[in-house]
Amino acid sequence: MALTTTSNTASGKRKTAFGGLLTVLLAMASRPSGLAGLILVSLHILMAIVSPAIVPYDFKELNAQFILSAPSFEHWLGTDNLGRDILTRTMLGGQKALFVTSVATILAIGWGGSLGVLLGLVGGRLDDILMRVVDAFLAIPWILFLLLIVSVVGLGNAVLIPTLAFFYGIPVVRMARAATHDVVALDFVTAARARGETRFTIVRQELLPNVLDVLLVEGAMRWSWMLLGFSSLSFLGFGVTPPTPDWGLMISDARSFMSLAPWAALAPVVALSSLIVGINLSADALAKALGIDRAQTAPV
Amino acid sequence: MSNPLVDVKNLSVGFTSRAGLTLPILRNIDLAFGKGETIGLVGESGCGKSTLALAIMGYLKTGLRVIEGESLFRGRNVFEMDERALENIRGGNLALIPQNAGQSLTPSSRIGQQINEAVQLHTKLTKEQWRDRTIELLTQVRLPQPELLLERYPHELSGGQQQRVAIAMALAGEPDVLLLDEPTTGLDVTTQAHILELLRSLAAETGTAMVYVSHDLGAIARVSDRVVVMYAGEIVLSGSARQVLKKPAHPYARGLLLSIPRLKEAVVPASMPGRPPAPGGAGHGCAFVDRCPMAEQRCRDERPALEPTAVQEMVRCHFHERVEQLPPPVPPKRPDRASLDEADCMLQLDNLAISYAKAGIVDQILGRHPKVTPTVDKIDLTVRRGEILGLVGESGSGKSTILRAIAGLWPPLNGTIEFAGTKSLNHSVDKRTKDLLRSIQIIFQNPDASLNPRHTVAQILAQPLKLYFNLRGDELRQRIEALLERVRLSADYLERLPSQLSGGEKQRVAIARAFAAEPDLVLCDEVTSALDVSVQAAVLDLLLELQADRATTYIFVSHDLAVVRAVADRVAVLYQGRLCEIGPADKVYGLPSHPYTEMLLGAVLEPDPDTSPSLTAEDVVELSPPPVGCPFQRRCPRRIGEVCDREAPPWRPTGRGHAIACHIPLDELLAMQQRTNVTLAAQSTGSENAARREAP
Repeated sequence: MALTTTSNTASGKRKTAFGGLLTVLLAMASRPSGLAGLILVSLHILMAIVSPAIVPYDFKELNAQFILSAPSFEHWLGTDNLGRDILTRTMLGGQKALFVTSVATILAIGWGGSLGVLLGLVGGRLDDILMRVVDAFLAIPWILFLLLIVSVVGLGNAVLIPTLAFFYGIPVVRMARAATHDVVALDFVTAARARGETRFTIVRQELLPNVLDVLLVEGAMRWSWMLLGFSSLSFLGFGVTPPTPDWGLMISDARSFMSLAPWAALAPVVALSSLIVGINLSADALAKALGIDRAQTAPV
Repeated sequence: MSNPLVDVKNLSVGFTSRAGLTLPILRNIDLAFGKGETIGLVGESGCGKSTLALAIMGYLKTGLRVIEGESLFRGRNVFEMDERALENIRGGNLALIPQNAGQSLTPSSRIGQQINEAVQLHTKLTKEQWRDRTIELLTQVRLPQPELLLERYPHELSGGQQQRVAIAMALAGEPDVLLLDEPTTGLDVTTQAHILELLRSLAAETGTAMVYVSHDLGAIARVSDRVVVMYAGEIVLSGSARQVLKKPAHPYARGLLLSIPRLKEAVVPASMPGRPPAPGGAGHGCAFVDRCPMAEQRCRDERPALEPTAVQEMVRCHFHERVEQLPPPVPPKRPDRASLDEADCMLQLDNLAISYAKAGIVDQILGRHPKVTPTVDKIDLTVRRGEILGLVGESGSGKSTILRAIAGLWPPLNGTIEFAGTKSLNHSVDKRTKDLLRSIQIIFQNPDASLNPRHTVAQILAQPLKLYFNLRGDELRQRIEALLERVRLSADYLERLPSQLSGGEKQRVAIARAFAAEPDLVLCDEVTSALDVSVQAAVLDLLLELQADRATTYIFVSHDLAVVRAVADRVAVLYQGRLCEIGPADKVYGLPSHPYTEMLLGAVLEPDPDTSPSLTAEDVVELSPPPVGCPFQRRCPRRIGEVCDREAPPWRPTGRGHAIACHIPLDELLAMQQRTNVTLAAQSTGSENAARREAP
């Protein structure tokens, strides 16, 4: 069981919440790949926050003189088919994606995690029935479902966030349930039961600390998948409404002019993939730092 | 031995740490052996035994690399061979038998297919001959009815049978060397004894050289001509089995031997403090210096070389000639425990039955119990206050099940459990009063699993103190520190997590947690099984000391009969969930009278090459007890006839609270034993002589 191995995990000195966070972050940054991941993610978050203040142009500003112009001194990354500055739009293009997906990820982990832990603990009929429902949902291509919902209810954060959270939370139920089963079978839970601890105490003290780590790492992975999902939606025209800048939408717009102006597609692609790579690297480093990484290469 | 089969020369293997340091796992290993030799590799966990065995095959775990030296097989360095050549010698010339055969067999294919594959790969037989060879191999490992076995799946076999199949697969290519990595660890004593006998005779029949890796000196003594003791990745002692086990010339080997509990006497053996250094932590001097009873300044400054002694051993110690003069260890003082007969009753089990079978829907509607023979049945047992009751039996005999019922983790099917004369324990934990919960504590086998990896030692110990005594703040802190002191851990351990402790330290924390409740009854479920022998003795000593403080009652469950011998006042022997024999420890061990007890004790291996186990019964594993009659009827060597199958055996008291459940009266059993012993002795001296004649 991976939970009980490895001595050099960061959880060694967790005392306060802040101190704990700091230790975990330091442990993540101690590997080159983890450091790279953390830097990429922080840069993107920083960019999303400060870009409105520092972008060189207005993202809506059309300029007939500069349609599909190559990178130049005025427009570092060139312009798109409406003459808008690509640098500006790329810098702003992650804002909405980051906001929607991070909120939806937290919701997904929240509902998926709690339901999974609950089912893992309760078991029996309820578990049987609900897990079959979960399986059924896993078999549905979510993007079709989402398109259906969006076309019926309409666009907007109030639709997107819950829908994404719902679909991305389904596999989390499975994860959390499996993690709960793993932990509940261990003797420290039996020991707590034999001691006569209340059910609530057992869940809070014995179970959750061990399941949360798994969920955190799962959450980080889900986040990167959800970003891809969200960008696919915008690419299809269902994520954000023009002229709001968004990477998926920008790629979709630039697709038709790929041979004329490859830079117009390249910039959002690089931005999106660097964020996803960054999140994935951070998730790996987080798993290692929490000691729940299953692919340990160092000999024990 | 001019041209050895395997010749490991000055081999060092290690890995590069994240800080860029090269940390060795094996250091300057020299080991050579030829055809027909059997080598026992022994040492505590983490001393590099398995790494060495795998390195002989040219296999290193991910991240490991050769730092210097070479490992020759028939004169060729295995680390310089290409993949093709390695594939040829692995399995063909050098075969590995892993610890857990159940995991090394593919669950989804039949036994016949799996052995067939090995036969195809490693022999030049024609297709028609494969099946015959497979059957021949199964016969060679003494598996009954090999034709039927071919069609079975691994899960249909017992652990011992699986291990035999793994051995048959390894033998398929008629290997020159068999590497056995703890092949009997985890098997029952009787099964282990049978497997070891098989290996001994295979070595004699085929002339295959064997490298037997084990932490168990008893098993090593049984199969090896030569014993190699490893410590911190080094060979510290190597010599003939007799020499090493009788007169160890290295303080580490001596310490290991002394820490093994023996069946003969009821004493806790001397423990060996400390633990092996981590890779790279050995310093300039002798690796053993911190644990050595005769260390001097020279040992710190200068690493001893592996030198020959007068009796053809190789030893790595500056002062090896002094080892023999070390004073014999003083066994820890055991409090006098004579007055238990008058003590009042602490726990009474009356006709207890426990079943794991779940009632199906039909049974539920009709409100009846499922018609399955219960796992545990007809247990009548009285435990007196302040007593240590040992509960022994093979795996699956229901030892832990009884503990779980007492602890309220599984409800009994029938019968009653009574605590301290008044309180019933038939109900589960959620219905017990806090005080009742407090007075019964349980300690588990594996401290890795019984301590929450996310809690510090202080948090772990605080749980029972908060729950039962409502302690908070300074008072809580003081009690935790006092508890740590009682289990001989310093206050530095308070903020550590389980992953930062050694196995022995973890078990101490688990023990401290149980004693935090100030219990009256402590249930010890195989508490030392997951520990190294060197640590086991210290934990047993601690348990006895804590017991003496407040005259706590223990029920001590173990499959290791010698461990139970070291601590128990009284012993109950279980077979298939039924009691066979119960009585004072010296009586049960001194004159094992029930056929099952006799078989169990006969199969125990002592670390002495001059003793041999007496195997009276067949190596069969039963999955469920027979519904009527004596539970031991199918395996009993003393079966007298149909009465054993039909009627439950009567309890025959033999005095001093000792009783056996058998249809044969005690004196007849003893007479029978004597006759068998004479024949067994004649047989074993015969075979021993034969073995000696064959050896060069």
